[in-house]
Amino acid sequence: MAFYFVQFLTGLASAASLFLVASGLSIIFGVTRIVNFAHGAFYMLGAYVAFTLTERFSGALGFWGGIVAAALVVAVVGVLVEMVLLRRIYHAPELFQLLATFGLTLMVQDIVVMIWGPDDLLGRRAPGFKGAVDFFGQNIPSYDLFLIALSPVVLGILWLLFQRTRWGVLVRAATQDRDMVAALGVNQKWLFTSVFALGVFLAALGGALQIPRDAVHHALDLRIIVEVFVVVVIGGLGSIIGAFVAAVLVSELNAFGILIFPKISIILVFLVMAVVLIVRPWGLFGKPEAAARRTPGLTVNPWRPLNSAERLMSVGALALAAMLPLFAGNYALTVGSEIAIFVIFAASLHFLMSVGGLASFGHAAYFGLGAYGVAFLAKAAGLPMIVSLLLGPVLGLLGAAVFGFFAVQLSGVYFAMLTLAFAQIVWSIAFQWVAVTGGDNGILGVWPDKWAAGPAAFYWLSLAIAAVAVTVLRVIVFSPFGFALRATRDSPLRSEAIGINGKRVQWTAFVISGTVAGIGGALFAYLKGSVFPDSLGISLSVDALVMVLLGGVETVSGAVIGAIVFKAANIWLVSQTDLSKLVLGGFIVLMVVAFPKGIVGTLETIWNRRRSTDTKSALATSRVEVAE
Amino acid sequence: MRRRHLLGAGLAIAVAGMAGNAMAQSEIKIGEINSYSLLPAFTEPYRKGWQLAVEEINAAGGINGKKLVVVSKDDGGKPADATTAANELVSSENVAMLTGTFLSNIGLAVSDFANQKKVFFLAAEPLTDAITWSKGNRYTFRLRPSNYMQAAMLVEEAAKLPAKRWATIAPNYEYGQSAVAVFKKLMSEKRPDIQWVDEQWPPQGKIDAGPVVQAVAAANPEAILNVTFGADLVKLVREGNTRGLFKNRSVVSFLTGEPEYLDPLKDETPEGWIVTGYPWYDIKTPDHDKFLKAYQAKFNDYPRLGSIVGYQTIKAAAAILAKANSTDPEKLIAATEDLSMPSPFGEITFRKIDHQSTLGAFVGKTALKDGKGLMVGSVYRKGADYLPGDAEVAKLRPKD
Repeated sequence: MAFYFVQFLTGLASAASLFLVASGLSIIFGVTRIVNFAHGAFYMLGAYVAFTLTERFSGALGFWGGIVAAALVVAVVGVLVEMVLLRRIYHAPELFQLLATFGLTLMVQDIVVMIWGPDDLLGRRAPGFKGAVDFFGQNIPSYDLFLIALSPVVLGILWLLFQRTRWGVLVRAATQDRDMVAALGVNQKWLFTSVFALGVFLAALGGALQIPRDAVHHALDLRIIVEVFVVVVIGGLGSIIGAFVAAVLVSELNAFGILIFPKISIILVFLVMAVVLIVRPWGLFGKPEAAARRTPGLTVNPWRPLNSAERLMSVGALALAAMLPLFAGNYALTVGSEIAIFVIFAASLHFLMSVGGLASFGHAAYFGLGAYGVAFLAKAAGLPMIVSLLLGPVLGLLGAAVFGFFAVQLSGVYFAMLTLAFAQIVWSIAFQWVAVTGGDNGILGVWPDKWAAGPAAFYWLSLAIAAVAVTVLRVIVFSPFGFALRATRDSPLRSEAIGINGKRVQWTAFVISGTVAGIGGALFAYLKGSVFPDSLGISLSVDALVMVLLGGVETVSGAVIGAIVFKAANIWLVSQTDLSKLVLGGFIVLMVVAFPKGIVGTLETIWNRRRSTDTKSALATSRVEVAE
Repeated sequence: MRRRHLLGAGLAIAVAGMAGNAMAQSEIKIGEINSYSLLPAFTEPYRKGWQLAVEEINAAGGINGKKLVVVSKDDGGKPADATTAANELVSSENVAMLTGTFLSNIGLAVSDFANQKKVFFLAAEPLTDAITWSKGNRYTFRLRPSNYMQAAMLVEEAAKLPAKRWATIAPNYEYGQSAVAVFKKLMSEKRPDIQWVDEQWPPQGKIDAGPVVQAVAAANPEAILNVTFGADLVKLVREGNTRGLFKNRSVVSFLTGEPEYLDPLKDETPEGWIVTGYPWYDIKTPDHDKFLKAYQAKFNDYPRLGSIVGYQTIKAAAAILAKANSTDPEKLIAATEDLSMPSPFGEITFRKIDHQSTLGAFVGKTALKDGKGLMVGSVYRKGADYLPGDAEVAKLRPKD
């Protein structure tokens, strides 16, 4: 009995550190609607700064003062980031801020190694909490007891702050209805900045409090960020109590789950999230989102098919790209093939995001399923390349059909997180099922047949398939189905009233998108000659999101440019410098500031503005705001 | 917006143009790939090691009069990026061979690439047995002692312990799984009387140490096998110390004696663990002294195991190139098989039968001195003594 009680307390202690970070993220999202990818980076910075401060100042005061000071220092950094970077892009399309904070995260990973060195750092133990308390023969670390006591205290303080102060009233009002708060004359700028500062403070405090039990290293951010997102979503976005309950739930399930299934930790949080979201689409304590006043995928530039001149230019560009093998070497051709494959992948996600209004955070699942499909067919069944290429993506199609059915029942960030959960479940199956997938050692020897083995042949194949995929997706956008999909995106209510079955249309779009991603994955398997669980992983899903956002989510085919720019920059930087993350992150941040609607979106806006002033017509600008 | 393919094509051409420098006749290029940005704690000392080797080789006149140049690339910890880097090194840089890699899956990806493109590959650090056995190929050789060898070295000591109830803690991925599997198999062969009472599989890099320690303690084992390393090890040791998990229990631990993993533990280093590692402060052989002096003089820092691996990888590459006197992969393979050479740990040989080097490791016990972790009572175990017999190896490895 004593053992189970102690295990329960241990779970609570793990929950405490999770809760601190999650509450900060929840507050930030609730008010500013920013999906703050950099939250993990602030957590990590908190740990590093606290390490430095507690090493410098000894004694109890030095330690506890150092912890709090570290959180404050990082909060100031957070304020600077908010004022200098995020303020510029609040009016950018939804999720665009994700791109900026992703860039920051990349930069911080390299910066901490430059400042603090590559070695894992061991912080001091907390003065007064070094030992353990004996409980019927079981030891409970006293620091765990401290953390267990701390989290209800923080919860209480936050509750008082939100319920009993004027600032809290404003924050809650903004969480419910930002536009109304602004209309009532509240200065949103400072409200946002203060909320961001509080959120970052909590993240950094969470990180700083880990130093007596963890090692400080440069991968702390990625370790925590996904888990924290999951906790926030399980609890319900913007709900502090929800974050608390979800943190306890996840930690306790883990603490007891490993007693029965020692391998459960790797997937547990995602299973819990998938179940919770299917049963309660807005998390445990969340409320249905109020109908958005602003259309989610509002297109400033009305979409239209290419005119004949533009079509000619596209074909010309394609022809030019097809001439690459005449003068480029093998390496450039392989890079070209990889870029073409990522064009397919990004275009498939872009279709779902911008046309369907459904941002998937787990799109790599279908890319990877296509790759594994090919690997199974080519290696296990020994099928020739053409057959494998045609049948491999079917696995992506099936995955998208099953997961999409559940996912389209949700919308917004909940949709995104459910797709993430499904992707992680697929990833962990590939990772764990060693007998079939080879686990993380992957499936080797998936090389193309002779006719496509040459770099030039493979490049032409990839380019042709990419061109067909992008064209087909464009055709679908301007087909009746595409219009129905856009109608569902812009106004579920009105489209339902005219007889469109919204869920089925979205599900179909999900399946189309997943299949196209699977085609990309199938080619990718042959390009690399091997398939690893990486190709289903979070970082690939994030890459795809970045490509779409970089290209411009409100465009018809911006993802093509986003994929080319991001992938080419990525490959080139990784090859040229060990600080590729710093440079790439900085590049993304600059792009975000320079092209707040994505590269293509911003260029289109400039183009349209010039044209409309030329013809002295206000047509283009008069369509800008379409209120629901 | 397909018209912007134009831009992409232009960019790709620019990339190709910059990379495609003509190779000078008077130098030999080696391509090197490692996870520099993902695992700097291990790869920074590794890089210093190979830089020292390059300097020494060129100071001694290069390879048959030609200057040795190492072109190094980062793989970011991703197998797909490693393949891209390998392709660049082979296609654009015209390197004579590929070396490097740390993670097992990256090592395997590059080894498969080498097999497909018929390029010589000397794997430096990946530990997986698959790279020389179940997925071995004729183009791939491996320097560092494999999972199997390290397990066999540890089992030799572990079997002497009186403990009969064993628990295991290992990261939940191929390395952890195969380390536990080999250890269990070899251990049960030597000691049929032992019982395996619990196993814990925390995700790599994400251990929730409290519940894991508690769960292992509840099974009340007499001895524990640990395979976690890096930050996971730090958390495990801290929780284990506070909760008294290691009190009166024997612990056998993979790699923990390597400075990379032992040094971060500082004053929390648990005493008396049986570990494999690299006690650089305790090795008194002329070969190692020479290496240690040169390393400390150049970098004003002590070597980690990664330094040894990096140093010996490039030394081995140079020895192979010198003996083959050619960059033809087939001649390189012929030269490497059964090639012996000196190393800071003594003479090593690349076996013909499975392309594994006989580099060994030190086995000793952890100790705490002046707030720092050390390995004491270390003995060097030659790799050749801890590999299965030739008949068995032949069964493990696919025919070329």
